[in-house]
Amino acid sequence: MEDEKTITVKLVFGGGVEVLFSNKRNQSITIPAQAPASGSHPSRPADLRYLILWMSESLLTDRKELFVDGETVRPGILVLVNDTDWELEGELDYELQKGDEVVFISTLHGG
Amino acid sequence: MPLEDYKRYGRQMILEDFGLPAQLKLRNARVLVIGAGGLGCPALQYLAAAGIGTIGIVDPDEVDVSNLHRQVLHTSLRQGWPKVLSAKAAIESINPAVHVIPHITSLNSTNAFPVISSYDIVLDCTDNPPTRYLISDACVALDKPLVSGAAIRYDGQLCVYNLPLQSGDRGPCYRCLWPTPPRQEEVGTCEEIGVLGTVTGMIGVLQAQTAIQLIVGLGPYAPNEVGVPTLLIYSALASPMFRSLKIRPKRNDCPACGREGGARELVEKGEYVALCGGMREDLEGSGKRKGQGRVGVKELEARRAEVDVLDVRSKEEFSICHLPEAHHVPLNTLLHDPLAQLSPGKDTYVMCKLGNDSQVAARALRDALGSGADRVKDVVGGLRAWSREVDQSFPMY
Ligand SMILES: [Zn+2]
Repeated sequence: MEDEKTITVKLVFGGGVEVLFSNKRNQSITIPAQAPASGSHPSRPADLRYLILWMSESLLTDRKELFVDGETVRPGILVLVNDTDWELEGELDYELQKGDEVVFISTLHGG
Repeated sequence: MPLEDYKRYGRQMILEDFGLPAQLKLRNARVLVIGAGGLGCPALQYLAAAGIGTIGIVDPDEVDVSNLHRQVLHTSLRQGWPKVLSAKAAIESINPAVHVIPHITSLNSTNAFPVISSYDIVLDCTDNPPTRYLISDACVALDKPLVSGAAIRYDGQLCVYNLPLQSGDRGPCYRCLWPTPPRQEEVGTCEEIGVLGTVTGMIGVLQAQTAIQLIVGLGPYAPNEVGVPTLLIYSALASPMFRSLKIRPKRNDCPACGREGGARELVEKGEYVALCGGMREDLEGSGKRKGQGRVGVKELEARRAEVDVLDVRSKEEFSICHLPEAHHVPLNTLLHDPLAQLSPGKDTYVMCKLGNDSQVAARALRDALGSGADRVKDVVGGLRAWSREVDQSFPMY
Protein backbone atom coordinates (compact mmCIF):
# COMPACT_ATOMS: atom_id res chain seq x y z
CA MET A 1 0.00 0.00 0.00
CA GLU A 2 2.94 2.32 0.45
CA ASP A 3 4.00 4.58 -2.41
CA GLU A 4 5.49 8.08 -2.55
CA LYS A 5 2.15 9.52 -1.52
CA THR A 6 1.96 7.60 1.73
CA ILE A 7 4.26 6.72 4.59
CA THR A 8 4.06 3.71 6.90
CA VAL A 9 5.04 4.02 10.54
CA LYS A 10 4.77 1.70 13.51
CA LEU A 11 2.88 2.78 16.60
CA VAL A 12 3.53 1.31 20.04
CA PHE A 13 1.34 2.00 23.07
CA GLY A 14 2.04 1.34 26.73
CA GLY A 15 1.34 2.31 30.30
CA GLY A 16 -2.42 2.32 29.68
CA VAL A 17 -2.51 4.37 26.46
CA GLU A 18 -3.26 1.12 24.60
CA VAL A 19 -6.68 1.06 26.27
CA LEU A 20 -7.66 4.02 24.06
CA PHE A 21 -6.57 2.11 20.95
CA SER A 22 -8.61 -1.11 21.29
CA ASN A 23 -5.94 -2.61 23.58
CA LYS A 24 -3.59 -3.12 20.64
CA ARG A 25 -0.06 -2.43 21.79
CA ASN A 26 1.43 -2.46 18.29
CA GLN A 27 -0.04 -1.14 15.08
CA SER A 28 1.32 -0.37 11.68
CA ILE A 29 -0.37 2.55 9.98
CA THR A 30 -0.12 4.20 6.59
CA ILE A 31 -0.80 7.91 6.36
CA PRO A 32 -0.45 10.57 3.64
CA ALA A 33 3.20 11.54 3.20
CA GLN A 34 2.14 15.15 2.84
CA ALA A 35 0.18 16.71 5.69
CA PRO A 36 -2.63 19.02 4.56
CA ALA A 37 -2.61 22.57 5.88
CA SER A 38 -4.23 22.84 9.29
CA GLY A 39 -4.67 25.85 11.55
CA SER A 40 -1.62 28.05 11.17
CA HIS A 41 0.41 25.21 9.68
CA PRO A 42 0.82 25.04 5.91
CA SER A 43 0.89 21.81 3.97
CA ARG A 44 4.18 20.04 4.74
CA PRO A 45 5.77 16.56 4.88
CA ALA A 46 4.02 14.48 7.56
CA ASP A 47 5.31 15.32 11.02
CA LEU A 48 4.37 14.29 14.55
CA ARG A 49 1.85 17.17 14.75
CA TYR A 50 0.05 15.64 11.79
CA LEU A 51 0.39 12.10 13.11
CA ILE A 52 -1.31 13.05 16.39
CA LEU A 53 -4.12 14.79 14.52
CA TRP A 54 -4.49 11.83 12.16
CA MET A 55 -4.58 9.37 15.07
CA SER A 56 -7.21 11.36 16.92
CA GLU A 57 -9.38 11.51 13.81
CA SER A 58 -8.83 8.03 12.41
CA LEU A 59 -8.05 5.73 15.33
CA LEU A 60 -9.92 7.21 18.27
CA THR A 61 -13.65 6.87 18.42
CA ASP A 62 -14.56 8.61 21.64
CA ARG A 63 -12.89 10.17 24.68
CA LYS A 64 -10.31 11.97 22.49
CA GLU A 65 -9.41 14.15 25.49
CA LEU A 66 -7.72 11.13 27.07
CA PHE A 67 -5.15 11.29 24.28
CA VAL A 68 -4.96 14.77 22.82
CA ASP A 69 -4.79 18.24 24.29
CA GLY A 70 -4.93 20.89 21.54
CA GLU A 71 -2.45 19.84 18.86
CA THR A 72 -0.29 17.77 21.20
CA VAL A 73 -0.74 14.79 23.53
CA ARG A 74 -2.30 15.29 26.96
CA PRO A 75 -0.09 15.77 30.04
CA GLY A 76 1.24 12.47 31.34
CA ILE A 77 1.84 10.95 27.89
CA LEU A 78 5.42 10.76 26.67
CA VAL A 79 6.23 10.39 22.97
CA LEU A 80 9.35 8.63 21.76
CA VAL A 81 10.62 8.25 18.22
CA ASN A 82 12.80 5.21 17.61
CA ASP A 83 13.36 4.84 21.36
CA THR A 84 14.35 8.48 21.85
CA ASP A 85 12.39 11.17 23.70
CA TRP A 86 10.69 13.34 21.08
CA GLU A 87 11.99 16.43 22.82
CA LEU A 88 15.43 15.49 21.47
CA GLU A 89 13.96 15.16 17.98
CA GLY A 90 12.05 18.40 17.54
CA GLU A 91 8.76 17.36 19.16
CA LEU A 92 5.71 18.20 17.01
CA ASP A 93 7.92 19.36 14.14
CA TYR A 94 9.77 16.06 13.80
CA GLU A 95 9.38 14.93 10.20
CA LEU A 96 8.34 11.27 10.01
CA GLN A 97 10.58 8.88 8.11
CA LYS A 98 9.52 5.63 6.49
CA GLY A 99 9.57 2.81 9.08
CA ASP A 100 9.78 5.08 12.13
CA GLU A 101 8.55 3.61 15.36
CA VAL A 102 6.61 6.04 17.53
CA VAL A 103 5.97 5.05 21.16
CA PHE A 104 3.24 6.63 23.26
CA ILE A 105 3.43 5.80 26.95
CA SER A 106 1.57 7.12 29.91
CA THR A 107 3.22 7.93 33.20
CA LEU A 108 2.49 5.34 35.90
CA HIS A 109 1.97 6.13 39.57
CA GLY A 110 1.02 2.93 41.30
CA GLY A 111 3.19 0.90 43.56
CA MET B 1 34.19 -6.86 58.17
CA PRO B 2 32.97 -9.69 60.47
CA LEU B 3 34.29 -13.11 59.51
CA GLU B 4 30.82 -14.49 58.77
CA ASP B 5 30.21 -11.74 56.21
CA TYR B 6 32.97 -13.07 53.93
CA LYS B 7 30.81 -16.15 53.56
CA ARG B 8 27.52 -14.28 53.43
CA TYR B 9 28.58 -11.92 50.64
CA GLY B 10 31.25 -14.11 49.00
CA ARG B 11 29.21 -14.89 45.91
CA GLN B 12 28.63 -11.28 45.05
CA MET B 13 32.10 -10.13 46.15
CA ILE B 14 33.81 -12.43 43.65
CA LEU B 15 31.99 -10.73 40.79
CA GLU B 16 34.03 -8.74 38.33
CA ASP B 17 34.43 -5.11 39.49
CA PHE B 18 32.98 -5.98 42.91
CA GLY B 19 35.43 -7.35 45.50
CA LEU B 20 35.75 -6.22 49.09
CA PRO B 21 35.74 -2.50 48.23
CA ALA B 22 32.24 -2.73 46.73
CA GLN B 23 30.95 -4.70 49.71
CA LEU B 24 32.32 -2.06 52.08
CA LYS B 25 30.64 0.66 50.00
CA LEU B 26 27.33 -1.14 50.43
CA ARG B 27 27.93 -1.47 54.17
CA ASN B 28 28.66 2.25 54.49
CA ALA B 29 25.71 3.25 52.33
CA ARG B 30 22.51 4.81 53.64
CA VAL B 31 19.48 4.17 51.44
CA LEU B 32 15.99 5.59 51.98
CA VAL B 33 13.01 3.61 50.67
CA ILE B 34 9.83 5.67 50.54
CA GLY B 35 6.82 3.33 50.49
CA ALA B 36 6.90 -0.20 51.94
CA GLY B 37 4.31 -1.58 49.51
CA GLY B 38 4.47 -3.51 46.25
CA LEU B 39 7.67 -1.84 45.05
CA GLY B 40 9.21 -1.16 48.46
CA CYS B 41 8.98 -4.74 49.75
CA PRO B 42 11.04 -6.44 47.04
CA ALA B 43 13.43 -3.48 46.94
CA LEU B 44 13.99 -3.67 50.70
CA GLN B 45 14.37 -7.43 50.62
CA TYR B 46 17.23 -7.33 48.11
CA LEU B 47 18.90 -4.22 49.56
CA ALA B 48 18.97 -5.90 52.97
CA ALA B 49 20.21 -9.21 51.63
CA ALA B 50 22.99 -7.47 49.68
CA GLY B 51 24.28 -5.89 52.87
CA ILE B 52 23.30 -2.22 52.67
CA GLY B 53 24.43 -0.87 56.05
CA THR B 54 21.59 1.52 56.83
CA ILE B 55 18.09 1.45 55.37
CA GLY B 56 15.41 4.03 56.18
CA ILE B 57 11.78 3.14 55.48
CA VAL B 58 8.96 5.69 55.17
CA ASP B 59 5.29 4.64 55.14
CA PRO B 60 2.24 5.76 57.12
CA ASP B 61 0.06 2.71 56.43
CA GLU B 62 -0.71 -0.59 58.07
CA VAL B 63 -0.48 -4.10 56.66
CA ASP B 64 -3.76 -5.03 54.96
CA VAL B 65 -4.75 -8.40 53.57
CA SER B 66 -5.65 -6.84 50.19
CA ASN B 67 -1.99 -5.94 49.71
CA LEU B 68 -0.37 -9.27 50.57
CA HIS B 69 -0.42 -10.57 46.98
CA ARG B 70 2.33 -8.10 46.12
CA GLN B 71 3.77 -6.72 49.37
CA VAL B 72 5.85 -9.77 49.98
CA LEU B 73 7.68 -8.77 53.17
CA HIS B 74 4.43 -8.55 55.10
CA THR B 75 2.65 -11.62 56.42
CA SER B 76 -0.85 -12.71 57.28
CA LEU B 77 0.10 -12.72 60.94
CA ARG B 78 1.27 -9.09 60.84
CA GLN B 79 -2.00 -7.63 59.52
CA GLY B 80 -2.63 -4.33 61.25
CA TRP B 81 1.05 -3.67 62.00
CA PRO B 82 2.57 -0.47 60.64
CA LYS B 83 4.13 -1.55 57.32
CA VAL B 84 7.40 0.04 58.35
CA LEU B 85 7.68 -2.19 61.43
CA SER B 86 6.55 -5.28 59.56
CA ALA B 87 9.22 -4.62 56.92
CA LYS B 88 11.80 -4.00 59.67
CA ALA B 89 10.97 -7.36 61.26
CA ALA B 90 11.31 -9.10 57.88
CA ILE B 91 14.64 -7.41 57.15
CA GLU B 92 16.03 -8.32 60.55
CA SER B 93 15.30 -11.96 59.96
CA ILE B 94 16.98 -11.81 56.54
CA ASN B 95 20.06 -9.91 57.67
CA PRO B 96 20.33 -8.80 61.30
CA ALA B 97 23.39 -6.65 60.56
CA VAL B 98 21.30 -4.09 58.65
CA HIS B 99 20.47 -1.00 60.64
CA VAL B 100 16.83 -0.15 59.88
CA ILE B 101 15.49 3.32 60.63
CA PRO B 102 11.67 3.38 60.75
CA HIS B 103 9.76 6.51 59.71
CA ILE B 104 6.08 5.78 60.39
CA THR B 105 4.76 8.80 58.52
CA SER B 106 3.92 9.96 55.05
CA LEU B 107 6.44 12.27 53.45
CA ASN B 108 5.29 15.90 53.48
CA SER B 109 6.79 19.31 52.86
CA THR B 110 7.68 19.71 56.55
CA ASN B 111 9.52 16.44 57.09
CA ALA B 112 10.94 15.88 53.58
CA PHE B 113 14.27 17.64 54.18
CA PRO B 114 15.01 16.29 57.69
CA VAL B 115 14.04 12.74 56.67
CA ILE B 116 15.87 12.61 53.33
CA SER B 117 19.00 14.61 54.15
CA SER B 118 20.92 11.90 56.03
CA TYR B 119 20.66 9.33 53.22
CA ASP B 120 22.81 8.89 50.09
CA ILE B 121 20.19 7.52 47.70
CA VAL B 122 16.39 7.64 47.64
CA LEU B 123 14.02 5.02 46.20
CA ASP B 124 10.58 6.30 45.26
CA CYS B 125 8.28 3.34 45.85
CA THR B 126 5.13 5.40 46.42
CA ASP B 127 1.80 5.23 44.65
CA ASN B 128 0.54 8.77 44.04
CA PRO B 129 1.50 11.82 41.96
CA PRO B 130 1.70 14.50 44.71
CA THR B 131 4.25 12.47 46.71
CA ARG B 132 6.24 11.73 43.56
CA TYR B 133 6.62 15.45 42.75
CA LEU B 134 7.53 16.21 46.37
CA ILE B 135 10.19 13.48 46.52
CA SER B 136 11.71 14.63 43.25
CA ASP B 137 11.88 18.28 44.31
CA ALA B 138 13.39 17.36 47.68
CA CYS B 139 16.01 15.16 46.01
CA VAL B 140 16.94 17.99 43.64
CA ALA B 141 17.24 20.43 46.55
CA LEU B 142 19.38 17.99 48.57
CA ASP B 143 21.33 16.72 45.55
CA LYS B 144 20.38 13.06 45.98
CA PRO B 145 19.98 10.58 43.11
CA LEU B 146 16.40 9.29 42.96
CA VAL B 147 15.64 5.76 41.80
CA SER B 148 12.00 5.95 40.83
CA GLY B 149 9.76 2.95 40.19
CA ALA B 150 6.09 2.68 39.29
CA ALA B 151 3.81 -0.19 38.40
CA ILE B 152 0.17 -0.81 37.67
CA ARG B 153 -1.81 -3.53 35.89
CA TYR B 154 0.80 -5.45 33.86
CA ASP B 155 3.12 -2.45 33.30
CA GLY B 156 6.08 -0.94 35.08
CA GLN B 157 8.57 1.91 34.69
CA LEU B 158 11.99 2.63 36.14
CA CYS B 159 14.04 5.81 35.93
CA VAL B 160 16.93 7.41 37.80
CA TYR B 161 16.21 11.10 38.21
CA ASN B 162 18.80 13.68 39.20
CA LEU B 163 21.48 11.24 38.08
CA PRO B 164 25.04 12.54 38.61
CA LEU B 165 26.71 12.79 35.18
CA GLN B 166 30.38 12.71 34.29
CA SER B 167 30.09 16.31 33.14
CA GLY B 168 29.42 17.30 36.75
CA ASP B 169 25.85 18.16 35.83
CA ARG B 170 22.74 16.16 36.75
CA GLY B 171 20.29 14.23 34.62
CA PRO B 172 16.66 15.35 34.37
CA CYS B 173 14.37 15.41 37.39
CA TYR B 174 10.85 14.01 37.54
CA ARG B 175 9.43 17.42 36.60
CA CYS B 176 11.70 17.67 33.56
CA LEU B 177 10.16 14.51 32.15
CA TRP B 178 6.61 15.02 33.44
CA PRO B 179 6.19 18.82 33.69
CA THR B 180 2.41 18.70 34.04
CA PRO B 181 0.63 16.14 36.21
CA PRO B 182 -2.10 14.17 34.46
CA ARG B 183 -5.70 14.93 35.33
CA GLN B 184 -6.81 13.03 38.38
CA GLU B 185 -9.42 10.96 36.57
CA GLU B 186 -6.64 9.65 34.32
CA VAL B 187 -4.63 8.30 37.26
CA GLY B 188 -5.73 4.77 38.04
CA THR B 189 -4.88 3.22 41.39
CA CYS B 190 -3.97 -0.40 42.07
CA GLU B 191 -7.23 -0.72 43.98
CA GLU B 192 -9.33 0.48 41.04
CA ILE B 193 -7.58 -1.05 38.04
CA GLY B 194 -5.43 -3.78 39.56
CA VAL B 195 -1.78 -4.81 39.54
CA LEU B 196 0.02 -8.12 39.25
CA GLY B 197 2.37 -8.79 42.18
CA THR B 198 5.20 -10.00 39.99
CA VAL B 199 5.10 -6.71 38.05
CA THR B 200 5.70 -4.59 41.16
CA GLY B 201 8.25 -7.26 42.08
CA MET B 202 10.16 -6.85 38.82
CA ILE B 203 10.35 -3.08 39.19
CA GLY B 204 11.12 -3.12 42.93
CA VAL B 205 13.98 -5.57 42.40
CA LEU B 206 15.30 -3.40 39.56
CA GLN B 207 15.19 -0.38 41.90
CA ALA B 208 17.31 -2.26 44.43
CA GLN B 209 19.70 -3.36 41.70
CA THR B 210 20.03 0.19 40.38
CA ALA B 211 20.73 1.49 43.89
CA ILE B 212 23.47 -1.14 44.33
CA GLN B 213 24.98 -0.18 40.97
CA LEU B 214 24.91 3.51 41.85
CA ILE B 215 26.58 2.89 45.23
CA VAL B 216 29.26 0.61 43.82
CA GLY B 217 29.64 2.40 40.47
CA LEU B 218 28.77 -0.47 38.16
CA GLY B 219 27.85 -0.65 34.48
CA PRO B 220 26.30 2.58 33.22
CA TYR B 221 27.04 4.14 36.62
CA ALA B 222 30.78 3.36 36.59
CA PRO B 223 32.92 6.47 37.16
CA ASN B 224 34.32 6.38 33.61
CA GLU B 225 30.88 6.25 31.98
CA VAL B 226 29.20 9.36 30.62
CA GLY B 227 25.79 8.44 32.04
CA VAL B 228 22.83 8.55 29.67
CA PRO B 229 19.44 9.21 31.27
CA THR B 230 17.07 6.43 30.28
CA LEU B 231 13.55 5.36 31.10
CA LEU B 232 13.05 1.62 31.28
CA ILE B 233 9.55 0.46 30.47
CA TYR B 234 8.31 -3.03 31.18
CA SER B 235 5.15 -4.80 30.25
CA ALA B 236 4.38 -8.39 31.08
CA LEU B 237 2.08 -8.44 28.03
CA ALA B 238 4.36 -6.85 25.43
CA SER B 239 7.01 -8.46 23.31
CA PRO B 240 9.78 -7.57 24.04
CA MET B 241 8.89 -7.08 27.70
CA PHE B 242 11.56 -4.45 28.31
CA ARG B 243 12.47 -1.31 26.36
CA SER B 244 15.10 1.19 27.31
CA LEU B 245 14.27 4.69 26.09
CA LYS B 246 16.65 7.61 25.83
CA ILE B 247 15.18 10.63 27.58
CA ARG B 248 15.80 14.37 27.43
CA PRO B 249 18.52 16.13 29.46
CA LYS B 250 17.42 18.39 32.28
CA ARG B 251 15.34 21.33 31.11
CA ASN B 252 16.72 24.80 31.58
CA ASP B 253 13.20 26.05 32.22
CA CYS B 254 12.40 23.37 34.83
CA PRO B 255 10.96 25.08 37.91
CA ALA B 256 12.77 22.58 40.17
CA CYS B 257 16.19 21.86 38.68
CA GLY B 258 16.44 24.65 36.08
CA ARG B 259 17.35 27.37 38.56
CA GLU B 260 19.25 27.58 41.83
CA GLY B 261 16.96 27.28 44.84
CA GLY B 262 13.88 26.46 42.75
CA ALA B 263 13.35 22.99 44.17
CA ARG B 264 13.75 24.16 47.77
CA GLU B 265 11.12 26.86 47.25
CA LEU B 266 8.72 24.34 45.74
CA VAL B 267 9.10 21.97 48.69
CA GLU B 268 8.63 24.80 51.17
CA LYS B 269 5.49 25.99 49.38
CA GLY B 270 4.20 22.45 49.57
CA GLU B 271 1.39 22.86 47.02
CA TYR B 272 1.59 19.29 45.77
CA VAL B 273 -1.99 18.18 46.27
CA ALA B 274 -3.25 21.29 44.47
CA LEU B 275 -0.71 20.75 41.66
CA CYS B 276 -2.18 17.30 41.07
CA GLY B 277 -5.82 18.42 41.03
CA GLY B 278 -6.74 18.53 44.72
CA MET B 279 -7.64 15.81 47.18
CA ARG B 280 -8.55 12.55 45.55
CA GLU B 281 -12.19 11.75 45.87
CA ASP B 282 -13.04 8.96 48.29
CA LEU B 283 -14.81 6.56 45.96
CA GLU B 284 -16.45 4.60 48.71
CA GLY B 285 -17.84 7.85 50.16
CA SER B 286 -19.08 9.21 46.82
CA GLY B 287 -20.70 5.88 46.00
CA LYS B 288 -22.76 6.12 49.17
CA ARG B 289 -24.02 9.66 48.65
CA LYS B 290 -27.77 9.98 48.56
CA GLY B 291 -29.23 11.25 45.32
CA GLN B 292 -32.28 11.29 43.14
CA GLY B 293 -33.22 7.93 41.72
CA ARG B 294 -31.03 6.00 44.15
CA VAL B 295 -32.18 3.13 46.31
CA GLY B 296 -30.55 1.38 49.25
CA VAL B 297 -29.47 -2.26 49.30
CA LYS B 298 -32.44 -3.11 51.55
CA GLU B 299 -34.85 -1.99 48.84
CA LEU B 300 -32.92 -4.04 46.30
CA GLU B 301 -33.23 -7.03 48.61
CA ALA B 302 -37.00 -6.55 48.91
CA ARG B 303 -37.59 -6.14 45.17
CA ARG B 304 -34.84 -8.26 43.62
CA ALA B 305 -37.26 -10.83 42.21
CA GLU B 306 -39.43 -8.32 40.37
CA VAL B 307 -36.91 -5.80 39.04
CA ASP B 308 -34.25 -6.17 36.37
CA VAL B 309 -30.82 -5.92 38.03
CA LEU B 310 -28.12 -4.54 35.71
CA ASP B 311 -24.51 -5.03 36.84
CA VAL B 312 -22.20 -2.59 34.99
CA ARG B 313 -18.79 -3.78 36.25
CA SER B 314 -16.10 -5.23 33.96
CA LYS B 315 -16.43 -8.85 32.88
CA GLU B 316 -13.52 -9.77 35.13
CA GLU B 317 -15.16 -8.23 38.18
CA PHE B 318 -18.48 -9.83 37.27
CA SER B 319 -16.69 -13.20 37.11
CA ILE B 320 -15.50 -12.77 40.71
CA CYS B 321 -18.97 -12.43 42.20
CA HIS B 322 -22.45 -11.27 41.25
CA LEU B 323 -26.05 -11.56 42.30
CA PRO B 324 -27.58 -14.63 40.61
CA GLU B 325 -30.35 -12.61 38.97
CA ALA B 326 -28.02 -9.84 37.75
CA HIS B 327 -27.71 -9.26 34.08
CA HIS B 328 -24.26 -8.12 33.02
CA VAL B 329 -23.69 -5.08 30.82
CA PRO B 330 -20.24 -3.42 31.14
CA LEU B 331 -20.48 0.35 31.57
CA ASN B 332 -18.93 1.15 28.19
CA THR B 333 -21.36 -1.13 26.35
CA LEU B 334 -24.25 0.44 28.19
CA LEU B 335 -23.13 4.00 27.43
CA HIS B 336 -22.79 3.09 23.78
CA ASP B 337 -26.47 2.15 23.43
CA PRO B 338 -28.38 2.66 26.71
CA LEU B 339 -31.87 1.76 25.49
CA ALA B 340 -30.80 -1.65 24.17
CA GLN B 341 -30.20 -2.78 27.75
CA LEU B 342 -33.65 -2.15 29.21
CA SER B 343 -36.14 -4.94 29.77
CA PRO B 344 -39.66 -3.89 28.81
CA GLY B 345 -42.23 -3.46 31.56
CA LYS B 346 -39.81 -3.81 34.44
CA ASP B 347 -38.07 -1.39 36.76
CA THR B 348 -34.31 -1.43 36.35
CA TYR B 349 -31.86 -1.32 39.26
CA VAL B 350 -28.27 -0.57 38.20
CA MET B 351 -25.37 -1.63 40.38
CA CYS B 352 -21.59 -1.78 40.51
CA LYS B 353 -18.92 -2.34 43.16
CA LEU B 354 -19.12 0.91 45.15
CA GLY B 355 -22.00 2.87 43.62
CA ASN B 356 -20.17 5.34 41.34
CA ASP B 357 -20.31 3.80 37.86
CA SER B 358 -23.93 2.80 38.54
CA GLN B 359 -24.80 6.51 38.87
CA VAL B 360 -23.20 7.23 35.50
CA ALA B 361 -25.07 4.33 33.92
CA ALA B 362 -28.42 5.24 35.49
CA ARG B 363 -28.08 8.83 34.32
CA ALA B 364 -27.42 7.66 30.75
CA LEU B 365 -30.45 5.36 30.87
CA ARG B 366 -32.71 8.11 32.20
CA ASP B 367 -31.48 10.61 29.61
CA ALA B 368 -32.16 8.10 26.87
CA LEU B 369 -35.62 7.28 28.21
CA GLY B 370 -36.89 10.82 28.67
CA SER B 371 -40.41 10.21 29.99
CA GLY B 372 -40.68 7.21 32.28
CA ALA B 373 -37.12 7.77 33.40
CA ASP B 374 -38.03 7.14 37.02
CA ARG B 375 -38.26 3.38 36.38
CA VAL B 376 -34.42 3.43 36.47
CA LYS B 377 -32.76 3.41 39.89
CA ASP B 378 -29.23 2.77 41.02
CA VAL B 379 -27.99 1.14 44.18
CA VAL B 380 -26.28 3.26 46.84
CA GLY B 381 -22.93 1.78 47.95
CA GLY B 382 -23.08 -1.03 45.36
CA LEU B 383 -22.05 -4.59 46.11
CA ARG B 384 -19.81 -3.48 48.94
CA ALA B 385 -22.87 -2.17 50.80
CA TRP B 386 -24.73 -5.38 49.87
CA SER B 387 -21.96 -7.48 51.42
CA ARG B 388 -22.03 -5.40 54.59
CA GLU B 389 -25.74 -4.85 55.13
CA VAL B 390 -27.56 -7.72 53.45
CA ASP B 391 -25.39 -10.76 52.84
CA GLN B 392 -22.18 -11.00 54.83
CA SER B 393 -21.25 -14.19 53.00
CA PHE B 394 -21.12 -12.30 49.69
CA PRO B 395 -17.46 -12.12 48.54
CA MET B 396 -15.90 -8.66 48.48
CA TYR B 397 -12.63 -7.85 46.74
ZN1 LIG C 1 13.88 19.30 36.41
